[in-house]
Amino acid sequence: MKMDSNKTLDDILGLASTHFKVPRERLTPDDDFFKTLGIDSLQALDLLTKLENHFRVELPDYELQGVTDFRTLAERIQARL
Amino acid sequence: MANKHEGQAVSWELRDGVIELALHRDPCNEIGSLTLAELEEFVAALPKMSEDTHALIIYSAMKSGFCAGADLRELYRRSEEMNRVDAVRGVRDYLERIHAVMNALDDAPLTTIAAVHGVTFGGGLELALVCDLIIADKMARFCFPELRLGLIPGFGGIPRLKRDMGNGVVRDLLLTGRSFNAIKAQTAGLVSQVVGEGEALRAARGTAAQLRKFDKATALAAKRFIKPIPREELKQEIEIFCDLFERPAVQAGLRKFVESTDAQPYLP
Repeated sequence: MKMDSNKTLDDILGLASTHFKVPRERLTPDDDFFKTLGIDSLQALDLLTKLENHFRVELPDYELQGVTDFRTLAERIQARL
Repeated sequence: MANKHEGQAVSWELRDGVIELALHRDPCNEIGSLTLAELEEFVAALPKMSEDTHALIIYSAMKSGFCAGADLRELYRRSEEMNRVDAVRGVRDYLERIHAVMNALDDAPLTTIAAVHGVTFGGGLELALVCDLIIADKMARFCFPELRLGLIPGFGGIPRLKRDMGNGVVRDLLLTGRSFNAIKAQTAGLVSQVVGEGEALRAARGTAAQLRKFDKATALAAKRFIKPIPREELKQEIEIFCDLFERPAVQAGLRKFVESTDAQPYLP
């Protein structure tokens, strides 16, 4: 059964919070995750791997080009569930 | 024979019949002239060290990953200082030296294990591919991003990937420039074991202990039977790389990468 899109977004925020040790309440769906998490491009790859492992999907890097907010990231993942 | 050698970019140590080669150049073990010179020292010492050892583990001591590939900043800087003819000559010399190192590691008279985590890109993936086994942390990522620069992988990547995997997977990695995670890489046949975060070196040591149970000469015969070095294709790779490197578009691609302020400069 396909996961609910709100649950997908919530899982992403939870994973980002845990992995980068940023309080969950500081993260909102439309945040620029590079800025909010304070991460660089290599750390963004870690986030991508975490998300792929959690959702058991493949997310080609080029599909994420220009994606900087959690909500769009969730949409891209949701499209592959 | 010294049991330990500490370099600026790579160090090695003999532990329990196993050679451990650690990469430790900031930020992510980019392979430039310093790393190449130290790897040359290592492969020169390897035949003697191999007499008393049965396995070699290559790993990274850097948190960011196993290796991000060639040092593109150094390559750009050096080629800016030269005319194109000299720059291509310099690149050919560098490639021939790195190929000699890679071939020596590929053909090493013991079983070799790459214990990888994080970024394993370009030349880093090519270094892993010379090893007999790849053990990956589940956070490892594998990628050949060279096409974004107008180049192909130059450290033996395509012939060795083709040796190990189906052509469709090779084309996917090469032509899209996308990265694979460890589970995808294992499904594709690139990785032999996927382990938890921070566990790759421990798992590699456990595997090396298992290898010790077998007769070394038999293991070497099996390795050489199943893992021939694709020497002709490796030579062709150098020619294709140098032909491509001559084009001004490559220098423009290198400049774009070096000067990029993009949040995701690794993306093709």
